[in-house]
Amino acid sequence: MEELLEILEELHPDIDFEECDTLIDENILDSFDIIALISEINLEFGISIPPDEIVPENFNSAQALYQLIERLSDED
Amino acid sequence: MLFASYNFIVFISVLFIIYYIIPKKYQWVLLLLASYLFYFFAGPSYLIYIAATTISTYIAGRMIGNIAQSQARYLSEHKKELTRGEKRVYRDRQKSKMWRWLLACLLFNFGILAVVKYSNFVIANINHISKAVGGTGGFSFWNIALPMGISFYTFQTMGYIIDVYRGKYSPEKNIFKLALFVSFFPQLVQGPISRFDDLSQTLFKEHPFEYRNISFGLQRIVWGYFKKVVIADRIMVAVNTLIKDPETYQGAFALVGMLFYAFQLYADFTGGIDITIGIAEVLGIKVKENFDRPYFSKSIAEYWRRWHITMGTWFRDYLFYPLSTSKGMMKIYKFTRQHFNPYLGKRIPVYISTIIVWFTTGLWHGSSWNFIVWGLMNCFVIVISQELEPLYSWFHSKVRIGNTIGFRVFQVIRTVLLLSAIRMFDCYRDVPTTFRMFGSMFTVFNYRELFNGSMLNLGLSMADYGVLLLGLVILLTVSLVQRKGSVRAQLASRPHLIRYAIYYALLIAILIFGAYGVGYDSSQFIYNQF
Repeated sequence: MEELLEILEELHPDIDFEECDTLIDENILDSFDIIALISEINLEFGISIPPDEIVPENFNSAQALYQLIERLSDED
Repeated sequence: MLFASYNFIVFISVLFIIYYIIPKKYQWVLLLLASYLFYFFAGPSYLIYIAATTISTYIAGRMIGNIAQSQARYLSEHKKELTRGEKRVYRDRQKSKMWRWLLACLLFNFGILAVVKYSNFVIANINHISKAVGGTGGFSFWNIALPMGISFYTFQTMGYIIDVYRGKYSPEKNIFKLALFVSFFPQLVQGPISRFDDLSQTLFKEHPFEYRNISFGLQRIVWGYFKKVVIADRIMVAVNTLIKDPETYQGAFALVGMLFYAFQLYADFTGGIDITIGIAEVLGIKVKENFDRPYFSKSIAEYWRRWHITMGTWFRDYLFYPLSTSKGMMKIYKFTRQHFNPYLGKRIPVYISTIIVWFTTGLWHGSSWNFIVWGLMNCFVIVISQELEPLYSWFHSKVRIGNTIGFRVFQVIRTVLLLSAIRMFDCYRDVPTTFRMFGSMFTVFNYRELFNGSMLNLGLSMADYGVLLLGLVILLTVSLVQRKGSVRAQLASRPHLIRYAIYYALLIAILIFGAYGVGYDSSQFIYNQF
């Protein structure tokens, strides 16, 4: 979770990612951020997020995103 | 058989009656027969294409499904004895088998589309280049007919096979059900491009006769016909006159042509989709909405989220995301980030993918440079607006007008003008003519001619303009009412007298003001050519 928070904070230093759960709904993360996030997660965790997982529910909060990473790494 | 023809109305009326008489378990079978009959009327030879797509996709889907099933079985049987590494090797091997089936299916079907839709475009370009370098350029064109709706059903079916490959759902085991998904006739002509998991929820179900479905569906059909035959087919006469003779109709007339075409396309395409969704609704089937009041968008990017939505989301899910998150793009991301800066790292992969998506979107619409330039112009405007975003934010922090109604109206009008200008590429015969006509709006000052009776030489009388103006007012009013939710639901809560007065007024308007008879050609939908 720490590494993920670091990645997110690098993208938007002004957001409290531990609290915010409307990252997509409030347009805090745009498509550039999502694609950058997917690339960073791939580099950091070695996990590929498939296109069909790119849905608001998975990206609305750091927690949801972390759960996605855990789920995908379990499947691996 | 055109949607706007008496034959079609008889066809759907008979279908509706039989659909609710026969045992409900055969309803979907009847729809399959009706769809193939509809397609047969369009051109008997087209049946070969749609059958080839259905059979190839069915086989690939079943094979992918079988591999996925055997993988799940093997992994659960050998759960304890396999190490994590061994499981991964096994999964990769299975995945590559599935990938080969997917690839074969995509190549076969997009191959068919490419050959029938683009071979003459390629030949024309080869001839052009050949002449430019001193050759004869004499390759002759193929005499090959473009099967109706092939772009739509190919995309819909390829979406299905990609979803099966991604494990989103299991493949359909009944080939006839898959055949119905591919060929469902109301959406064959011009979409929407449905998703299997969405459409199949109601397509294969048994549907009892429900008054609300029938009533709402019929209202939607009538509304669609109003847009199509009263507005689109009428204004088409003037649009055709204007765009077919660009030498005569320049300056002010190019501007009129541009605005009329925007009006025509809206009425034509959204009207067609209303008929499609309405027919499905009468049958108890839910088809996804394709528009969300698109001409009220405040930017081109927003417009593309609200116009032809199912095509936009198709390109997003099956092209943009896979491209922008591909290994190649990740390398580009890493490289730009390391060697330049994080800002560029974020943007370059997205922009490369965006350009590819818009190039493909243009090509999907038609096999000509006009459409490719049209797609890239949309892309250009979206990318520029994105890059100017900080400037807009700065402006709005200084001048606080962003939330005023006046500014929002300005944004809407600006967007409509911009998208209409880009759409001029749809109209004129080639790219240079389009640029010339666009330029003429600013260089040929013949705006006075609009008021000297010239507008009555475009094939429309004063009465026609009156009908169009009234049509525009009605469309605008309905769009504004839609902000509060479904117009039909709001109407249903009104007293009977008002409700039926509106229904009959609409029906009578279609019968009296529909563009029929001499000089009018009950026309195919514009999007049917795509």
